[in-house]
Amino acid sequence: MYAPEFEYHRAATVAEAIQLLSSNEDAKLIAGGHSLLPLLKLRLARPSVLVDIGRISELKGITISDGTVRIGALTTHWEIASSHDLEHACGIMAEAAGGIGDTQVRNRGTIGGNVVHADPASDWPTVLTALGAKFNIQGAGGSTRTVEPGDFFVGPLTTTMGEQEVLTSIEAPTLGHHQRAEYAKMAHPASGFAVVGAAVVVTVEGDVCTAARIAVGGLVPVPVRMTSVETALVGKALNQENIAEAASHASNDLQGEILGDFFASAEYRKAMAEVEIRHALFHATEVSHH
Amino acid sequence: MTTRIFGSGIRRREDPRLMTGQAAFTDDIKLLGLLHAAILRSPHAHAKINSIDTSAARAAPGVLAVYTGADTDGVLNPIPCAWLPPDSDIKAVPHPALAVDTVRYVGDGVAVVVAESRYQAEDALELITVDYGVLPSVINPKAAMDPGAPQLHEDAPNNQAFHWVVAGGDADAAFETAAGDPQNHVVVSENIIQQRLIPHAVETRSAIANWQSAMGELTLWSTSQNPHIVRFLCSLVTGVGEHKIRVIATDVGGGFGSKIPMYGDEMVTAFCSMQLRRPVKWTETRSEAYLATTHGRDHVQHVEMAATKDGKITALRVVVHAGMGAYLSTAGPGVPTILHGLMYSGPYDIPNIKGDVYGTFTNTTPVDACRGAGRPEATFLLERMIELLASELDIDPVEMRRRNLIQPFEDGHDVATGVTYDSGNYQGTLDLAMQQLDYPALRQEQAELRSHGQYIGVGVTTYCEICGLGPSQVAGAVGFGGGLWESAIVRFYATGKVNVFIGTSPHGQGEETTFAQIVSDELGVPVEDIEVIHGDTDLTPMGWGTYGSRTTVVGGGAVALSARKIKDKGKALAAHLLEAAEEDIEYEDGKFFVRGSPDQNKTIQDIALMANVAWNMPEGMEPGLEATTFYDPPNFSYPFGAHVAVVSVDPDNGHIVLQRYIAADDCGPQINPVIVEGQVHGGVVHGAGQALWEGVVYDDNGQLLTGSLLDYAVPRAHMVPDMEILSTVTPSPHNPLGVKGIGETGTIASTVTIYNAVLDALKPLGVTKLEMPLTSERVWRAIQQAKGA
Ligand SMILES: Cc1cc2nc3c(=O)[nH]c(=O)nc-3n(C[C@H](O)[C@H](O)[C@H](O)COP(=O)(O)OP(=O)(O)OC[C@H]3O[C@@H](n4cnc5c(N)ncnc54)[C@H](O)[C@@H]3O)c2cc1C
Repeated sequence: MYAPEFEYHRAATVAEAIQLLSSNEDAKLIAGGHSLLPLLKLRLARPSVLVDIGRISELKGITISDGTVRIGALTTHWEIASSHDLEHACGIMAEAAGGIGDTQVRNRGTIGGNVVHADPASDWPTVLTALGAKFNIQGAGGSTRTVEPGDFFVGPLTTTMGEQEVLTSIEAPTLGHHQRAEYAKMAHPASGFAVVGAAVVVTVEGDVCTAARIAVGGLVPVPVRMTSVETALVGKALNQENIAEAASHASNDLQGEILGDFFASAEYRKAMAEVEIRHALFHATEVSHH
Repeated sequence: MTTRIFGSGIRRREDPRLMTGQAAFTDDIKLLGLLHAAILRSPHAHAKINSIDTSAARAAPGVLAVYTGADTDGVLNPIPCAWLPPDSDIKAVPHPALAVDTVRYVGDGVAVVVAESRYQAEDALELITVDYGVLPSVINPKAAMDPGAPQLHEDAPNNQAFHWVVAGGDADAAFETAAGDPQNHVVVSENIIQQRLIPHAVETRSAIANWQSAMGELTLWSTSQNPHIVRFLCSLVTGVGEHKIRVIATDVGGGFGSKIPMYGDEMVTAFCSMQLRRPVKWTETRSEAYLATTHGRDHVQHVEMAATKDGKITALRVVVHAGMGAYLSTAGPGVPTILHGLMYSGPYDIPNIKGDVYGTFTNTTPVDACRGAGRPEATFLLERMIELLASELDIDPVEMRRRNLIQPFEDGHDVATGVTYDSGNYQGTLDLAMQQLDYPALRQEQAELRSHGQYIGVGVTTYCEICGLGPSQVAGAVGFGGGLWESAIVRFYATGKVNVFIGTSPHGQGEETTFAQIVSDELGVPVEDIEVIHGDTDLTPMGWGTYGSRTTVVGGGAVALSARKIKDKGKALAAHLLEAAEEDIEYEDGKFFVRGSPDQNKTIQDIALMANVAWNMPEGMEPGLEATTFYDPPNFSYPFGAHVAVVSVDPDNGHIVLQRYIAADDCGPQINPVIVEGQVHGGVVHGAGQALWEGVVYDDNGQLLTGSLLDYAVPRAHMVPDMEILSTVTPSPHNPLGVKGIGETGTIASTVTIYNAVLDALKPLGVTKLEMPLTSERVWRAIQQAKGA
């Protein structure tokens, strides 16, 4: 619980942060510190230099315009959870943020740190995958690139981010009038992290589903799109039977590695993916569970 | 008479300082020249230490010294076990403060670094290299006794630490009768696992040792539930005279049993200070606490119960394998024996009882008391067996209990295990709880929901427990290495203000408030004029500490008796000052007056002033207004009650929701009902933790998998419902206040109450057994299996 020695720099701008990353071998960014500090204290991470981006104002804030929600990487879970504008524009984000950890964690933890840390048990990767979000990244020399979740998450604690890159913001489409979205999470009773999380975004015309994006996380190294479930759902009336039928395709989409531990085995988690998808769809469409 | 202060729910006076960060916990204390220690712990569950190289660590910046077991061995005596149940062939194997040639659990102390800062000490710790020869290990308390199991201690063949027996009546004969007459009898049996728990005090352990070499005196700040016992044992371990040791444990952030034991770490800290002649602090990290602070429970139980077909229990037979961990912790062996086996009758008439308890050594963290200590394990097995009997006989489980409850008694009831309960009215609390529940309505709702594929269940427990430890003569007879009396000084100053010095050591239970209420009630002094002092062995009189729900029963008894002595002296002095005969002096509400003429009076404050200045004392009366009492209770106390849990289970995912919890308890007269409620809340949640969320997991190699709050689920507020707390009052006939104890009842009753409720919910799905904690996956799997069957 005592971190090894490191040098500390506070960056005033993104450019300075990138410059500090480039000029120090083994340097690491620190945002809210809620994933990195535990690693330091357990001496599992030993960066020689920490570059604190916590006060860079250009990385903070939520803007909503032209059908796009743009959230600065440094925006805290609490800010996202308590944004009224966001609740209207893309309620699933506010809802997911409100279910992260506890008050202290939400007050400090940032959406950017969360996705870059790429913990399979995190909530944001799953939700952002279902939303079809985009990650805006800045690199050395002011270069920028934009990446979709599928090209961002590589595996547990690994992404395609370069060592000298900063995630600047995340963009997601606002939800239209006919769209419903929901995130259902089976939380670990100790950590509150997702054992299984299911995010659904469905478009409903009349009572028929015309489009669906569904992702699950928690049980997989990186979020998985549930394309079979989506296919089974599109064109169907969103009633209890059709939702249950569609959810039952979940295992088709879960052919890769499934995570398991002594608390929840892979087999259980796989079964729960179907249950959580069902719950999310029931809630999203207000179809009664029983 | 104004409202009595005894019985009023005034606010806890400890809270302002605790809630505003003004409390002084051990780690908050800073001394000039303070050094910091960090302890290197074994990464292996069982290994020979071939060699240790500390040279690089010694050379690291800021490091003053590095010590290993080779340095402490022979200087520090082994850490003693202080509870050795008699006639149990107990093997008090040596327990060195730092491992000498063998490590026996992950977390066993191997070396200590002392440096100018904790960071430097931690950095140096990484530079120590230890060459281990890894040995096979054993984790399960029953498997430890299997032939061929890895052996922990030469002196303890088959890893057997002890074999303790409790017997009353003739259980074997009763089971034979039952087996021979199946027409009229039924026998149920079950294997039950009481999983290992981690007590989780919010404040981890910490110690500051300050050796003043010129005086040969050792001051030890220590996070202890019983500083006087620490002083006693510290003198045995360090060889410093007990009169030269001062132990301070004023603000302690919870213990739940884990701060009863004497640990090697604190003694190593003392050793460092004595070697370096500077104050040394060691504070356990949270990660360390998982490994190095005692765990609780860890029973493998085989239980049989026999009854007649009309539901009268005739016999109980139990075999327990209780894991002790790698060494015997201070009170460890007393927990699964005295505090467990003696309660096999619970609140029931069970004429024939037999229990065999095997304590075993395993390559795990030592096991000691954990809130409830032994009694939750006894209540669990009784209540589970009664539930099984009820099911087998198709008798309503509440009715089943009613048929076996001991009838109300006011002054003593003997049970087959050989103990005498003080007083009880078990039907009373059961009636109260059932009324609150509306049992018939709930069963009806349950049936309706089931027809819609929804599952709720109800669990009802009647329990009684042994606490208020206890008569010292009995303590001696049951192998407890100390007394169990308490002492208290009530001291009045000339200004009428009062200090109460107590030997017990509250660390969250609120006795600074309730003991002031006792004195205020006895003597009519405003409660805010009374301050309770505890936790410093140089300031307070001898006491055996706070555990076993004994503080108010025994320590409170000493306080009340001291207050009464003051009253007697006050009366005599008042008579003298009022020039009346002592027989004519009456006392009421803080005033001594001449019978028939209340205007002729002296207040207790007048008396305090006159006694302190001593200008006009009666012939032969000593100055001062102060009294000391050494109180040794004639019996234990036996609080009791009935608890009810209502749960729902979602068969889709196995989720359990605790919907309602009713606790109807009887702890005798309540000094402060708000504090009583708080104790019940905490206790119930702690027990709920064992039922639903908590449990230590070791892998086969003895690595702790639940080594952090990310993996070990401690219940939080949002996981439990608003509790419905009720009570009845049945005074204990034998102690000055008639009080029982309330600190552990919640934990003792709630685990099995919730467990039985869940099994009741799952009954229509064919699930009859589950292992705790009742995780969603376990519940879901059991449902899947039952479906498949
Ligand atoms: C008790 C607890 C409970 C939690 N529960 C949950 C939960 O239920 N669900 C959940 O999803 N999460 C949970 N978390 C994680 C929490 O959300 C963290 O805040 C988050 O994962 C990391 O954000 P941070 O700002 O603290 O990042 P930091 O810890 O500061 O950084 C994490 C990593 O990201 C890198 N990084 C940070 N910002 C950037 C950036 N802009 N560009 C490039 N790299 C960057 C850092 O270098 C580091 O490697 C929990 C954490 C704790 C401590």
